[in-house]
Amino acid sequence: MEPDVDARAAVEVEGLSLAFAERVVLSGLDLRIRPGEFVALLGHSGCGKTTLLRILAGVERGFVGRVEVPRAVAVAFQTPRLMPWKRVWRNIVLGLPGRPDRGLAERYLAEVSLRDHAGTWPKTLSGGEAQRASLARALVREPELLLLDEPFAALDALTRSSVQQLVADLWSRRSCAVLLVTHDVEEALLLADRVLVMKGGRVAHEVAVDQPRPRDVADHRFVALRRLVLGWLGVSRA
Amino acid sequence: MIAAGASVVLTPEDNRSRWRPPRWLRRAAGPVTLLAAWSVASTTGLLPPEVLASPSDVAAAGGRLLASGELVTAIGVSGQRVGLGFALGTAVAVVLALLAGLFRLGEDLIDSSVGMIRTIPWVGLIPLLIIWLGIDEAPKVALVALAVTFPLYFNLYGGIRSVDAALIEAGRVLGMSRAGLVRHVVLPAAAPSALVGLRYALGGAWLALVFGEQVNASAGIGYLMNNAREFYRTDVIVVCLVVYAALGLFCDLVVRLAGRHLLTWRDSFDGT
Repeated sequence: MEPDVDARAAVEVEGLSLAFAERVVLSGLDLRIRPGEFVALLGHSGCGKTTLLRILAGVERGFVGRVEVPRAVAVAFQTPRLMPWKRVWRNIVLGLPGRPDRGLAERYLAEVSLRDHAGTWPKTLSGGEAQRASLARALVREPELLLLDEPFAALDALTRSSVQQLVADLWSRRSCAVLLVTHDVEEALLLADRVLVMKGGRVAHEVAVDQPRPRDVADHRFVALRRLVLGWLGVSRA
Repeated sequence: MIAAGASVVLTPEDNRSRWRPPRWLRRAAGPVTLLAAWSVASTTGLLPPEVLASPSDVAAAGGRLLASGELVTAIGVSGQRVGLGFALGTAVAVVLALLAGLFRLGEDLIDSSVGMIRTIPWVGLIPLLIIWLGIDEAPKVALVALAVTFPLYFNLYGGIRSVDAALIEAGRVLGMSRAGLVRHVVLPAAAPSALVGLRYALGGAWLALVFGEQVNASAGIGYLMNNAREFYRTDVIVVCLVVYAALGLFCDLVVRLAGRHLLTWRDSFDGT
């Protein structure tokens, strides 16, 4: 285990519990994410991953426990959730304080190669473009914590890998902490510094991925890690 | 190889060889035929003028009324009634729909009451409106307002309540205030539904005007009509009916054009 040299944390969660009408979703969950750390969270459907993410995003308040997050948190959801009645650039700056201008939106759209689409309607974007726009909308908030809720799940395989690469690039250029919720073990191991597996409403397993990037899925250490995590998830595969 | 007897040879369609009448001509054929039949029936005496004036008499009466300025004045008076009633009804409907749509308390207090009052046929309220408001402009405006309020309320309320919860959540995560959510998420999302309500409301408004103007009107299109009835002037009555229809059609066109302009963002089925 690596020593905890940095006493600061981007996320600190202690004893987090939450139940929806008798059904316990989270029970005594602890989580700590260092500033700038990329953490992937795996688990079966309904294990509480998305609930944890919604709590960290500040939209779910019916919990017990202590939760500390940075002031600047941004979220990219599984679907882009762009407002169809606002042009792309207005979607990017939606909710920002003051009167943000188009130039600001265009700077961030350029980062996801969508600068030319600033003035168009969201309906004209493809699935991958819309998801990139949603990433730009998260980044324009310059978050200290970026929450990604299965943002690649609804994309086709080719688009998925290019958006994954984009996320990796964007993260390496910034210093924000990332919590990526996903079902995809390979994706988690490719992107994250640390992979967590949730079970029974808490973090049941975790492993640090300390291979240099970009990672090779065929590397024997990668294969071994994947087998380990799949085992935790109860999927036994040769 | 395709088995013998199981194949079909598809040949490209050749549209050039056969002439088809253009679409507008086919569409115009129905009304033109009706008009011609009416004309023939009138000139042959099958349709006496005291039953229904001939198209040319109607056109002449329209020209006369236009030239004398009577028609323009009448349209102005009637238009003002519709405009006032429409504005009043819209204001009431929007306030009620916002209260009921945005707040659960508002829904509990308002929605069931509006639903109940709606079941009263508003034409049946004319006697009560006369007792309450007299026989001048007020009951006519009130009747139009009533006809406007309900369709607009239900469509706007329904529109607000069917806003995608995922977009509301996204807005909250983006740090939008409650007022910001209403302005940038809820209202734009409810706009298509509200525009449908607006079209219903306008249709109801002109209908309510026709009913309202049958009551002691001393000016307006209804007054022209009632006067004409006294003298069996079917030509003037038809002119008035045409004017009512044209005004209704014009309002509908305005709302549809406004809708097309406001809803360019939509990615929905436009028909084939």
